[in-house]
Amino acid sequence: MDIEKAIGYLRGYNGPEVKLMEVCGTHTAAIFKSGIRSLISPGIKLISGPGCPVCVTPAAYIDKCMEYASKERHIFLTFGDMMKVPGSDGSLSSLGKDGNVELMYSPFEALDKAEKNKDITFVIGAVGFETTAPAYGLLLKEAMRRGIENIRLLTALKTIVPALSWICENQKTISGFICPGHVSVITGTGIYEELARKYEKPFVVAGFEPEHIAAVVYDLVRQTESGKHKVKNLYPGAVREEGNKEALKVIDDVFTAGTAVWRGLGAIEGSGLYLRDEYGGFDGGSRGLDKDIELPPECSCAHVIVGEKDPDQCPMFGTRCTPIDPYGPCMVSAEGACGIWYRNR
Amino acid sequence: MKITMAHGSGGRSSQELMERIFGKYFSNEILDKMEDGAVIEMEGRLAVSTDTFVVTPLVFKGGDIGKLSVCGTVNDLLVMGAEPKYLTCGFILEEGLELDMLEKAVASMAAEAEKAGVTIIAGDTKVVNGAGGMYINTSGIGIIPEGRNVSAALAEPGDAVILSGNLGDHHACILSARMELENGIESDCACLGDVTRALFHAGIDVHTMRDVTRGGLGTVLNEIAATSKTAIEIDEEKIPVSDEVKGFADILGLDPVYMGNEGKIAVIVPAEQAEQAEKAMKATDHGKDAKIIGRVTEAREGAPVSIRTRLGGTRVLDMLYGEGLPRIC
Repeated sequence: MDIEKAIGYLRGYNGPEVKLMEVCGTHTAAIFKSGIRSLISPGIKLISGPGCPVCVTPAAYIDKCMEYASKERHIFLTFGDMMKVPGSDGSLSSLGKDGNVELMYSPFEALDKAEKNKDITFVIGAVGFETTAPAYGLLLKEAMRRGIENIRLLTALKTIVPALSWICENQKTISGFICPGHVSVITGTGIYEELARKYEKPFVVAGFEPEHIAAVVYDLVRQTESGKHKVKNLYPGAVREEGNKEALKVIDDVFTAGTAVWRGLGAIEGSGLYLRDEYGGFDGGSRGLDKDIELPPECSCAHVIVGEKDPDQCPMFGTRCTPIDPYGPCMVSAEGACGIWYRNR
Repeated sequence: MKITMAHGSGGRSSQELMERIFGKYFSNEILDKMEDGAVIEMEGRLAVSTDTFVVTPLVFKGGDIGKLSVCGTVNDLLVMGAEPKYLTCGFILEEGLELDMLEKAVASMAAEAEKAGVTIIAGDTKVVNGAGGMYINTSGIGIIPEGRNVSAALAEPGDAVILSGNLGDHHACILSARMELENGIESDCACLGDVTRALFHAGIDVHTMRDVTRGGLGTVLNEIAATSKTAIEIDEEKIPVSDEVKGFADILGLDPVYMGNEGKIAVIVPAEQAEQAEKAMKATDHGKDAKIIGRVTEAREGAPVSIRTRLGGTRVLDMLYGEGLPRIC
């Protein structure tokens, strides 16, 4: 497709308002990076959905992480993003030197550590969508093969389709969805077919280069205008209809679906991934971590996550809530909508 | 052999350390007098700077903490338009540090100082409890030759912004080492005297220079815009980044415009001299990838630094917030 023509079309668009939601934090960042908002008609709204796994993690989960980080003979392993997310009483980083927290770059680091230090239990904070779940699955398979017993997984892994269904049910004004590129590499595009049929909305998978962003916005606007609701794959270099079968098998071998709480959305049936009984010995107590903190009435994270509000419509945005001193989870994570808006405001 | 608390006692062991390592590499007329302070004679406008180096790992591809501690301070002087002359250095050594490691760092400092034409005229060593780490502070002094007037306050609307080379090499190199990732990325750690001198020799009226270290280009340009009360606009497509660093940054969710460098400067010159300045920089070893990346404009409402994107849109380039932690998905 001719990108310049597509942008020209989007700039001149003067039809009814089109609201497109991206459900991947990396897309939120890519949309800002591309500068596309400054190029297209104000009649086309790009809004950020619940695409950051860190942002939708409830406080009870953070509390549990902190409990492990404060426990003797335990080390809590996490990615950097989780450090500042507020639980009901502080965050992992607020533990400072008292916390047994180690930042990891890959969950597989846990294997060697656990093997070398048998008297310490290594608890891994597993947060993410389908993209990250297979790695945790492989990790446990490997731990089992090597007979490593001092590893626990504290999971807040989630799947995207139940969340998309929730949004389609509850946010009727959204015209179409920019489907996550990385998640779709694992899941394939087939998972969006039923949603597209049932809710009569287009779902288009996109990559992360500026040209991909322009192409997906153009396609969704054209589909909306002509009343179409097709699933399309505009990221064919990486995404296949059937997904990555091996990765899906690992997820299925190790995890089973259950109810999970999403900050801002509430409990969604079948949207969480929990360890199957065969791997139950590795579970760090991941179920039932549902309680969330009472955000102050002004904090709009819950509205931002479902696309009801843009981050800068929150009264705390940029004043009492900034990336340096975040209040809401959407400001904390590098992938969170508020943080991305703030850095690009 | 390892560093012990005795090496910091000021007694016999300290003296041995002086003779075996510092004396061996740093020997010069001023230092060898072994007085409590160095006495030097200088005239004219002077530039002074100090910086402390705490990098881990102590040795990385393309350098070590010793080389870094000389380059960092020398570059701070160079970007003020100065010719660096003298350095002082303070070492904080943690107990358990390998003597070989200290010797390696000191040898690199001496070699880099000689290359940069600066003399190390004073030093100090302390030993503290710890786990074999090492920290170095260097302070430097240089003379600003007649006719040079370089300051962040002097960037003017209409000026061009030139970057001396690829972004992100040092940051990616250090992060790779910490993450034990194998790749060919080398730190850009270097003294940039060849680049700054080339500009002055070509007769360029350099308004502003800044070394693009921690916080990256985004932070440096915001500082310049704030100090000079201007706005700056850069072109995304012109920002030089090597393919390897770009791939590395993409995977980890880092943005090269916020990645640290140890051998890159941003230079602001009058628009009509921009091409000549770029050419002069390109002819040097450390400026061969120099590129005009943008322009200074009148101050305006809102964020002062913006990027023109590949699609032709614009976005704000803010300062770096937080630590730039790698993302999780």
